[in-house]
Amino acid sequence: MKRRPLFLISCLCFGFAFFYVPILSLMVFSFNKSRLVTVWGGFSTQWYGKLLHNEQILKAALLSLQIALASATLASILGAMAGIALARFHRFRGRTLLSGLVTAPLIMPEVITGISSLMLFIFMAEWIGWPSGRGFTTVTIAHITFSMTYVAVIVQSRLSSADVAIEEAAMDLGARPWQVLIDITLPVIAPALVSGWLLAFTISLDDVVITSFTTGPGTTTLPILIWSKVRLGVTPDINALATVIICLVAAGVVAAALIMHRAESRRSRDEQMAQAQGASG
Amino acid sequence: MVGRWFDSKGWRDIVISVPFLWLLVFFLVPFVIVVAMSFARRAELSPPIAFLDHWTYLQTGNFARLLDDSLYLRAFLTSLWNAGLATLFCLLIGYPMALGITRVTRSWRNLLLMLVILPFWTSFLLRVYAWMGLLGANSWFNKALTGLVNTILPADRAMSSIPMMNSNFAVVLVMVYSYLPFMILPLYANLEKLDQTLNEAATDLGSRPWQVFKDITLPLSIPGIIAGGLLVFIPASGELVIPSLVGNASDPMIGRVISDEFSSARDWPMASAVAVALLLALVLPIMAYTHFEKRAQERVEGRA
Amino acid sequence: MVAEGHKPFIRIEAVSKHFGGFTAVDGVSLDIMKGEMFALLGGSGCGKTTLLRMLAGFEDPSAGRIFIDGQDMAAIPPYERPVNMMFQSYALFPHMTVEANVGYGLKYESMSKPERMRLVREMLELVQLQDFGARKPHQLSGGQRQRVALARALARQPKLLLLDEPLAALDKKLREHTQFEIMNIQQRTGITFVVVTHDQEEAMTLADRIAVMDKGVIRQVGPPGDIYERPNSRFVAGFIGSINMFDADAVKDGQGVALSVPALGCVIRAADIAASAGDRLSLAVRPEKITISRERPANAVNCVSGAVKDMAYFGKDSLFRVELPSGALVSVSSVNHARGHGTQMPDWGERVWLSFEPSTAIVLKV
Repeated sequence: MKRRPLFLISCLCFGFAFFYVPILSLMVFSFNKSRLVTVWGGFSTQWYGKLLHNEQILKAALLSLQIALASATLASILGAMAGIALARFHRFRGRTLLSGLVTAPLIMPEVITGISSLMLFIFMAEWIGWPSGRGFTTVTIAHITFSMTYVAVIVQSRLSSADVAIEEAAMDLGARPWQVLIDITLPVIAPALVSGWLLAFTISLDDVVITSFTTGPGTTTLPILIWSKVRLGVTPDINALATVIICLVAAGVVAAALIMHRAESRRSRDEQMAQAQGASG
Repeated sequence: MVGRWFDSKGWRDIVISVPFLWLLVFFLVPFVIVVAMSFARRAELSPPIAFLDHWTYLQTGNFARLLDDSLYLRAFLTSLWNAGLATLFCLLIGYPMALGITRVTRSWRNLLLMLVILPFWTSFLLRVYAWMGLLGANSWFNKALTGLVNTILPADRAMSSIPMMNSNFAVVLVMVYSYLPFMILPLYANLEKLDQTLNEAATDLGSRPWQVFKDITLPLSIPGIIAGGLLVFIPASGELVIPSLVGNASDPMIGRVISDEFSSARDWPMASAVAVALLLALVLPIMAYTHFEKRAQERVEGRA
Repeated sequence: MVAEGHKPFIRIEAVSKHFGGFTAVDGVSLDIMKGEMFALLGGSGCGKTTLLRMLAGFEDPSAGRIFIDGQDMAAIPPYERPVNMMFQSYALFPHMTVEANVGYGLKYESMSKPERMRLVREMLELVQLQDFGARKPHQLSGGQRQRVALARALARQPKLLLLDEPLAALDKKLREHTQFEIMNIQQRTGITFVVVTHDQEEAMTLADRIAVMDKGVIRQVGPPGDIYERPNSRFVAGFIGSINMFDADAVKDGQGVALSVPALGCVIRAADIAASAGDRLSLAVRPEKITISRERPANAVNCVSGAVKDMAYFGKDSLFRVELPSGALVSVSSVNHARGHGTQMPDWGERVWLSFEPSTAIVLKV
């Protein structure tokens, strides 16, 4: 009596059309010969050629990558520490406050995070003379604060589902607590750290609102540059830039997913082999 | 000596205190500044604020202005209305999608989840931008939609294009588009965990498919609906980018008001007061969520 | 018990079920009578649950037909079948009270609310849970949940009740008690029960008739006594209870056909050997049918000797493993009649005699 859920399948088709038609349309019009983005004027790759020679965009992209690399790496370290502290240390002063501080940035509207960070930097400059101006450092700090909480949540949930007994076993076998952290806990949370780092990296690469408040003159990230351009309207060179970015990100995500899927299926195959050998041996 | 200290508890103190201090300095302190600032007043200084003489912090003038000036109240209502509509449509579109993903074979399931997550990783700004190209009066999408609408409308009232750009309709549409994955993913996580034998049991007891959905699936997925709803509603209500790009400037949302008070009007105290009010408005649904979470947790533990 | 010559109430006709390349049920035909308590017994993956799910309507047979009370079930969806099921996990609705769970099956029936409430109360009384109507499933013990599941499945007064491993989730003590409760309820309601189980003891106590399944095929159908005492194959003999099994050859001597059993090192007489000399057979003897003694028993027909290798004391009986000169091990179980174990019992390494009656020897085709 199994029937195909036709209604659900048509909802899925509609939903995915909704997801992808705008993006595909944007990509198609990036190959438009005409300057008018809405009228098809023939096929051309001229906008991609112009993109390659646009110093401003290349510089902004490079800066964004630098900020994303720095903030994702530091956010992963800080986030992992916070995640470990919350998942493994059950009693320390301020535990409730820390767990609140880890979740609060996730639900804080970005505008408020942006404004409050900016005020902090201004007041700090007044009181202790640092940071002297706003730019790379302040943007990176704001990104770290925001994205480390994502890493912390991912690491914490990974650790809570992992068995504490293996850490106790390592200690029983003579490892000091910090050696257990390095030999056992870190390998256990490694997959969570990878996905946390990737998430922090994309969040930083993508951020407009917080960056727009914490950046200063001369520090223009790619999203800020795009933001200032798209406010003026739709242009074919932005379409070309968007196509490049979307394709790069999509390729990265698909590759990461494939690698993870491979590893998982290899693991389950190994487990099956071991089972079969155990049964016959 | 240092080694002994490090072995016994030093490493632990470091693991706890480094991220703790970071969040205290860069998240809690700024937050406290915003709250304190909301009780200050604007001044022609640098930074452009002043507290009342003798450091009387409780100057509530900003909050009084929130209620007096209809601009703020209207912005609040617009925000809540738009965010609420976006949440509702995300639910209406996302629920059947999430349910559909749980009903296909495993390999299809992975592919479809991937397709849901993919837009979530690609640039938010560019996804909003993609809609700017579709909503404009001359776009193929607008023309196609106009043609469709004109088949229903009488000939004398036919439209040349639908004015979608720079409207609340556009804001809601693009918010639904941007936040749909946030609705689908928690709903999927919830629906996927539901015990399929409960559906079979209900079918066995004489319920038709839609009755099974109404009696079993829907009530059991309420935690997922709430989680997804909050994940959409909270960022949507404070949204700044979408209304700036496709919204109606004369009917701003609250995020825009905060940003404008801060940057254009340079009234930091007022911006802070609006921000605090927005946070208070969001605390209620979050508390409802944690309440539900706890109850769901208790139910699970009770069963185990 | 089943009266012969009755029209079958449930008729399963050459039913098969394939999942992709895997055959879960392979051409099963089975008749079940009205009011019968029938058990499908088999290990995991033998197809018993698939067969049950086809009766409930959750799976469609790939081939063959199922009739319930004369009606072909092919086009009838699960929600319209006169069949209800008690799930292995009980599948109680966690968001509904016990009362709502039990009454759920009546929700879309055309009946008045007081009538429905009366039926629900009746069912709760039947399973002795009348005071628990307002509770939610997570506030119940395992045994209570099991009874709610039973009451819920019975509330619609089905023609056929399916029970999927009804006792698997209960602990040992509760299991025995519940077994009798289920039998009692079956007798009081007169509903036909089909029980799926992997537990042979459960099948033996509960069922009027048992079907032993293996790899999608029914190996033997019959009352518990038949299955235990007269298994028709090595598989059934080995699956039900423990048994000693030896290779044997049919030989002809002065008194008729007997068995030459190399492992026992002698010729064995059995009651009914349907074979001619030279056939390869198997000899199977249950441990409790073998008598163990220190002295060679007088006028024993089948008798061998060996040394006690292991022994285990279980309270009501003891199990010996006796090693024969051929190296074969024979399990013997002996009831401990007298108090004070150890005095009259053989000891480790001691030489003992084993004997059994020809009527207890089971002869099977290889």
